[in-house]
Amino acid sequence: MSNPTNSGEPLVRVDGVEKVFHRGAEEIHILAQLHLEVPAGEFLALMGPSGSGKSTLLNLIGGLDRPTKGTVTIAGERVDQLSDRQLAAWRARHIGFVFQLYNLMPVLTAERNVELPLLLTHLSRAERKKHVETALAMVGLSHRAKHFPRTLSGGEQQRVGIARGIVTDPTLLLCDEPTGDLDRKAGDEILNLLQALNREHGKTIIMVTHDPHASARASRTVYLNKGQLSNVPVA
Amino acid sequence: MKFAHLIWGNLMRKKLRTSLTLLTILVAFVLFGMLCAIKQALIGSVALAGADRLIVRHKVSIIQLLPISYQARMARIPGVALVAHQTWFGGIYQDPKNFFMQNPVVPEEYMAMFPEFLLPPDQMKAWQQTRTGAIVGRNTAERFHWKIGDKIPITSPIWMRKTWEFDLVGIFDGRDKGTDTTPMFFRYDYFDEVRQTQNWGQGLVGWYTIRVKDPAKAAEVAKLVDQEFENSSAETKTEPEGAFIQAWANQIGNIALIVASILAAVFFTILLVTGSTMSQAVRERIGELGVLKAIGFTNGQLLGLVLAESCLLTLLGGSIGLGVAWLIISRGDPTGGLLPMFHLATSDLVVGAGLSVALGVLTGIFPALQAMRLRVAEALRRM
Repeated sequence: MSNPTNSGEPLVRVDGVEKVFHRGAEEIHILAQLHLEVPAGEFLALMGPSGSGKSTLLNLIGGLDRPTKGTVTIAGERVDQLSDRQLAAWRARHIGFVFQLYNLMPVLTAERNVELPLLLTHLSRAERKKHVETALAMVGLSHRAKHFPRTLSGGEQQRVGIARGIVTDPTLLLCDEPTGDLDRKAGDEILNLLQALNREHGKTIIMVTHDPHASARASRTVYLNKGQLSNVPVA
Repeated sequence: MKFAHLIWGNLMRKKLRTSLTLLTILVAFVLFGMLCAIKQALIGSVALAGADRLIVRHKVSIIQLLPISYQARMARIPGVALVAHQTWFGGIYQDPKNFFMQNPVVPEEYMAMFPEFLLPPDQMKAWQQTRTGAIVGRNTAERFHWKIGDKIPITSPIWMRKTWEFDLVGIFDGRDKGTDTTPMFFRYDYFDEVRQTQNWGQGLVGWYTIRVKDPAKAAEVAKLVDQEFENSSAETKTEPEGAFIQAWANQIGNIALIVASILAAVFFTILLVTGSTMSQAVRERIGELGVLKAIGFTNGQLLGLVLAESCLLTLLGGSIGLGVAWLIISRGDPTGGLLPMFHLATSDLVVGAGLSVALGVLTGIFPALQAMRLRVAEALRRM
């Protein structure tokens, strides 16, 4: 795989992407001829009204869905051409997800939740443990490692979610409304954390948000409306 | 193994539901074990029957007796290696519910005919030297706490209607695991002598066992034996020992079919109960399965996780159930002697374990396929 940073290529290139959903005979055009480039190390906020296709675009970039038309290239690799099995392996290697509702496994402790993506690697138990400890330390939750999600606050659960997202040191961190379910204080803590990951650890982050306060923390904000991107807010 | 905590965690998510399902499976496997033991008790000896042994009985019925003179005539038939006889005594020890078989036999020929009964040489010698001597199987000896030297009173409602007293001179063991060690054998000469004094039934025996020289020619020998006594006052019916035992058991019915039918009904119900539990368990966590897919779990891994969960559930229930059945069965014949070979065979335990895994696969496969086919983006919306 080519190194996009060294070659000057953007880390994420979305080119001429269209996404059409079918509801019975009806065709719903979510994204239309969309172009987006995200250089490595950028913290990009993606804003737009509900139903504008933000999560759809994030899913395409994260390899959770395929475009109807166009190409999605991440770190030099055409993601839209990969098979389901290849995509699963690719996601495990390159993508960290952070969800609005944290999406933790309620039956696992915080550390076991963080360990989940590492189960797909060939790391030994001791190595996995070390990685989990590092990730939990980065989000400031080492002392809550043995706690189950139900005993954690919303902010803490989201930090566990972020630890799970970064534990494999992915190429790209995709956050879908990471502060959408949190109060302002907890939301700020999460944004501080994402900012630190971007600035101090060079993580490339794409964050979908409704909240201008959250997007202000990003290094760049793009706006999605009616399937098209622009650099200025939608009126 | 690294997914073990995830599988176990999911299984323990709804403890009450899992416990109830586990209990259902457990009860089914206890029933499986018990029915297998009953089947074993009734027809298990068919498998242990000697391939080289034939049973000769009265053509009309097993309760009709045959003359002792037949023994010498049978011994002369080509292909016959050995002939031994026995007679149903039907005695009662203390109480009619203390059932076990007691038959008069000729020690030397009987023990030669049935090498599966292991009797120490010194005890054999004592038996040969004691006219009222009797030997008993380990099972019955332990059941009634008998030891060598004891006098055993047996009341016979058939023979002389009196209490016979025997001197216990030997305790035999079984060569094979399934060998019946409940019978008691005593000497035919003593038995016949007493009959002579009463002038009733002397010179008659219950049935004969023949050992053939070549098992491949057993059918031919059986035909010759029946021809020998054709048109006599006591015509015979000769059949392989296995067929004889099977016919005996078939008086109750087709045991194997009865057992199989009950088990099929039970396991079909379990299939529905466990299948429903697994389907519900998967439906409840569509979103979580979507998350697993998002972070890189493949379709095959999700299929494996769900299947492992259902197999663990059924294997756990099956193992505990078989264990409980084994504990109950190892306490011995619950009928007090009617089912002397009541035991759980190793082969049945293996079948039970296999059945529990098969049950896990069958109940888990559809929910597992459902999990495997999930579309990630759609599943994540259902968190």
